[in-house]
Amino acid sequence: MSMFWTIWISVITLGTIIGCFILLRWTLANKTGVAEGEGMGHVFDGIEEINNQLPRWWTILFYVCIVWGFVYLALYPGLGSFQGLLGWKSSNQNIQSLEESAQARIDAKEAGMLVAYDRELDRAAEEYDPIFEAYAQIPVEELAKDPEAVKVGQRLFLQNCSQCHGSDARGANVGFPNLTDDDWLYGGSGAKIVETLTLGRQAAMPAWLATMGEDGIKETVAYVLSLSGREQTPEMEALIPAGQTRFAVCAACHGMDGKGNQMLGAPNLTDNIWLYGSSERSVTDTLVYGRNGVMPSFKQTLGDDKIHVVAAYVYSLSH
Amino acid sequence: MKNPHELVEKNVGLLTVLILVAISLGAMVQITPLMFQQQVMEPVKGLKPYTALQLEGRDIYIREGCVGCHSQMIRPFRAETERYGHYSVAGESVWEHPFLWGSKRTGPDLARVGGRYSDEWHRVHLLNPRNVVPESNMPGFPWLAENTLTGEDTAAKMTVFRGFGVPYTDEDIAGAKEAVQGKTEMVALIAYLQSLGTYLK
Repeated sequence: MSMFWTIWISVITLGTIIGCFILLRWTLANKTGVAEGEGMGHVFDGIEEINNQLPRWWTILFYVCIVWGFVYLALYPGLGSFQGLLGWKSSNQNIQSLEESAQARIDAKEAGMLVAYDRELDRAAEEYDPIFEAYAQIPVEELAKDPEAVKVGQRLFLQNCSQCHGSDARGANVGFPNLTDDDWLYGGSGAKIVETLTLGRQAAMPAWLATMGEDGIKETVAYVLSLSGREQTPEMEALIPAGQTRFAVCAACHGMDGKGNQMLGAPNLTDNIWLYGSSERSVTDTLVYGRNGVMPSFKQTLGDDKIHVVAAYVYSLSH
Repeated sequence: MKNPHELVEKNVGLLTVLILVAISLGAMVQITPLMFQQQVMEPVKGLKPYTALQLEGRDIYIREGCVGCHSQMIRPFRAETERYGHYSVAGESVWEHPFLWGSKRTGPDLARVGGRYSDEWHRVHLLNPRNVVPESNMPGFPWLAENTLTGEDTAAKMTVFRGFGVPYTDEDIAGAKEAVQGKTEMVALIAYLQSLGTYLK
């Protein structure tokens, strides 16, 4: 803050406080021309205004506030660029990037500033970091057997993951996978779950209407539904052989046997577990419009150590 | 005069003027200097102005009263930053006119909601929030998926924002209508939400 504004703020602030003091002293003296205890000549509804001194407790409170004002401005940042004798501030200001934020934290510590937010983080780091660091040493599959760790992971899950996957982790039939059924799109090993959480996932089921045409879509739907043994109308069942031929293009990702490919995140189509619902309509929509499921990356939000614990919780759900 | 205080007590006009003087002292200290500080004028590194579509989405956010339940201001407390991410900084709001920081959190803070959920999640959630979050008491906004934007006023809006110092180029403004026309309000709102808080890197 420039010198001009510092002076501006200081003069007005201190001037106001001193002004209050002067005003108080001035009004304490009897200037009414009426002796104390005498009537002021106002009567309203039978209530008479009497010239009395300001109550003593009130006057003292006023003086205390004025003194407190000066003490506060000496200790805390209030007067322009004067930082206050305590070196206290709520948070680091003037930040243009996360890198600068981290640097400001280091600088403030070296300068001996008391940054309230940083101290809060430091205290939490002191208390919780050793716990998370210890967990990070244990493989996800092992950690999933530790009830304490799983509980921690569950709290993080509820906060960050439940909005899509549900508070019971059973997902929703609108494209958010059930995490409790041990059926995995991208692999269910500890390392794969950590990878999914860290980098996020971007699924890409293309739209097939232009290539297959409406008849082709219908035939393929019939075949796909038959893969997991679903009951269909005789008309649909008649289309299955044609659909099987069509499925050759689908096999590139889903495999000839339709069992999917975890390298690509292509779902297994034979297990009667449906990411977008199992109705004929829903499967048709998938083929006509394609699907683009997205799992966001949580690297920045959670950090590696917390991701490790969340992964352990997710792993524990199906093991 | 035997009682000078009567002057103030019996002249409402004078009393009003003196009250305004007293209040403006606070404003002169609290508000005026802040308007000239670099940190409230300098954007964070890599801040981008809203695209035409995002800008329309922002207007829908305002129209639907989202700000009544959602703040866009992460305060520097660990309890908030653990959940929402880095606290909001002044440089993120330099092109916000008016800012939508809000002061009510019936729903969660949205200052860094960008990238937190997939577009599809937002679509499902805005149609009926209970489809994905059964406990939610947020209303559904199904009409957003039906209303389409004409883009008639988009260029004018961007011109106004340019007047506030938002660096829109002539091409941005010329292409505004085309970028918006025919898109649903849902798409615009999701585009806006996905941009929130993503520039502090």
